[in-house]
Amino acid sequence: MPASSLEIDHVTKHYGDVVALQDMTFEVCAGELFGFVGSNGAGKTTTMRIALGVLAADSGEVRWNGEPITFATRTRIGYMPEERGLYPKMKVLDQLVYLAELHGIGTNEAHRNAENWIGRLGLRDRRLDEVQKLSLGNQQRVQLCAALVHEPEVLVLDEPFSGLDPVAVDVMSKVLRDEANAGVPVIFSSHQLDLVQRLCDRVGIVRNGQMVACGTVDELRASGDVQLVVDAPDASPEWPAELPGVTVVATNGTRRTLLLDAGVDDQTVLKAALATGEVTEFSRHKPSLAELFRNVVSEGNAV
Amino acid sequence: MTSASTTTPRRAVWLVARREIIMRVRTKGFVIGTAAIIVVLAGYLLLQNTLFGGAERSTVGLSGQATAVAEPLKQAAQQLGHEVETRDVPSQQLGRQQVADGELDALVSGAPAALKVLADDDLDADLRNSLNGLAQQQVLAAKLAEAEVEDPAGVLNQVNATEVQVSYLNPPEPDRGQRLVMGLVLAFLLYMSVATYGMQVATGVVEEKSSRIVEILLATLRPWQLLLGKVLGLGVVGLIQLTVIGVVGLAVASATGALTISGVAAGALGWGIGWYLLGYFLYATLFAAAASLVSRQEETQQVTAPMLMILVIGFVAGLNMLVQDSAGAGATVLSLIPLLSPIMMPGRIAMGTAPVWQIGLALVLTVATIVLVTWLAGRIYRNAVLHTGSRVKLRDALR
Repeated sequence: MPASSLEIDHVTKHYGDVVALQDMTFEVCAGELFGFVGSNGAGKTTTMRIALGVLAADSGEVRWNGEPITFATRTRIGYMPEERGLYPKMKVLDQLVYLAELHGIGTNEAHRNAENWIGRLGLRDRRLDEVQKLSLGNQQRVQLCAALVHEPEVLVLDEPFSGLDPVAVDVMSKVLRDEANAGVPVIFSSHQLDLVQRLCDRVGIVRNGQMVACGTVDELRASGDVQLVVDAPDASPEWPAELPGVTVVATNGTRRTLLLDAGVDDQTVLKAALATGEVTEFSRHKPSLAELFRNVVSEGNAV
Repeated sequence: MTSASTTTPRRAVWLVARREIIMRVRTKGFVIGTAAIIVVLAGYLLLQNTLFGGAERSTVGLSGQATAVAEPLKQAAQQLGHEVETRDVPSQQLGRQQVADGELDALVSGAPAALKVLADDDLDADLRNSLNGLAQQQVLAAKLAEAEVEDPAGVLNQVNATEVQVSYLNPPEPDRGQRLVMGLVLAFLLYMSVATYGMQVATGVVEEKSSRIVEILLATLRPWQLLLGKVLGLGVVGLIQLTVIGVVGLAVASATGALTISGVAAGALGWGIGWYLLGYFLYATLFAAAASLVSRQEETQQVTAPMLMILVIGFVAGLNMLVQDSAGAGATVLSLIPLLSPIMMPGRIAMGTAPVWQIGLALVLTVATIVLVTWLAGRIYRNAVLHTGSRVKLRDALR
């Protein structure tokens, strides 16, 4: 059994006739930043709400360290809901202390934690302001404080980066990285795929309530079809077409992107290219997460 | 990682309640609102005191021969419960002027047997009767002397001492007026407290839904803990306000002399506070359940309107019946209906017209309703509170 992990195991949820989640399964381990991506309505929020016990699953189980999550263990999770939730008329500090206390932290420690996170997220000047008087970006920082103030052992954040300015994105990224490094499994959803690619250890792509791809960013990028970028200025325009199992997917001057069928050796392609004369570029093209995502989503639409 | 343990249910409820209390009591609205009610209440009492006190007192100017009736007039008026202050007026002219200016309520002149009274536009009935009596006595004394009766003074005294003997089927209570005012004030205070704090529970529930903090809260609290904490917290705030208003009102009323039955009033206030707790709990849970069906503050009014309507109609109709006949069938029935008992019953208790069995029955019915309503409301709240967006149908929430 891993030291500390959050397992979502075959969770299914229906809203009437609509299937919101179908056998959703994945695992987030200690020290891991897990990025959760998918189109709107794919089931990310539903998954998170079920993990938090805010919503009940029809079937399946959420486990924490191998044990089914109970009401008691749930208070050890830090949660940031998609639609931000804070008391608008309560002062920042009071609010954080209150939330920490509700999670079972003693009053003194609650104060210490609240002050600590207020400092780390640069809200010291605003700590005695009412939340409604803060800018949206600052409210978001308070929201992150609220998720962290009870020193959670798991972090579940729904769209923590939406609406943040670049500085705040950096602050938020650093905090999440630090938490993960401290051994806390962190799971967050986002539509900012470049950010997810940069930040996350592992990524899960959801479509129509199902996990369709899950793994490290490198694994995901290496999977799927092999594409090569070849620039052979002296070659005739038709040269790659003569090779078996190779199709041209993009042409940019003399630079071509080639799609190789399964089993075709890229070295054969290199030799063929060299046979035409000079080769100025030969590389294996790794799709970005955004490209992968688009492929996955369009596959779904085709079905 | 940390030594933190899960919050016990009692601590969770306490934390929620404490937040509500601190948040409300700290606001300017609470302090100003309480002060305003006290000022209005004290103003009403003082006004009543001077108004009614003023009606029981007249200043009478006496001129010429009439100055001789000063003492007999005071005594005669006193017997009718009317206080008369007399002033000697040097001239008719001046007296006339003073009546016109309102300095004098009446100017009396002429011989005691043929008194002439000048008033502005109204002569107090008691004063008029007293003066009539005086004049009649003078005439009677003169006639007795004329008829050469042996002891005219003795006859007069005998005449004066003669009174009809009155007995009552229902002896009037000496403090009826005070008790009526007390009952009405109490009914009003209870209506106001229940409506105000019930609505605050509704707004609080919707605030948590609309700001979505309920999602964070319910990840660590059970719905009943959140609901109970909120209802208790706001109930305590209302209790503080009601007690402050009641005690200050009682003190002011006793100090100004408007209230001479402080003991009875204190008892009534005690009953009132007890009934407030029942009424508030009943309406607060209803309001909370209704509010949990909607997600926007604008919709709160719509869902709470039916209950508020019952409260308002009950209050208005009830107040009328209390004034007319607080022991009558109408008032009795209204005070036994569970949703209205908390407003009507304390009013009737204050007026002293509620038999013990009716108080007991109302208590039993109200508590039974509270149990039923709490069960239903808890169910509705639990099912509806996390549902954001469109309004939840009552049927779905009850499943």
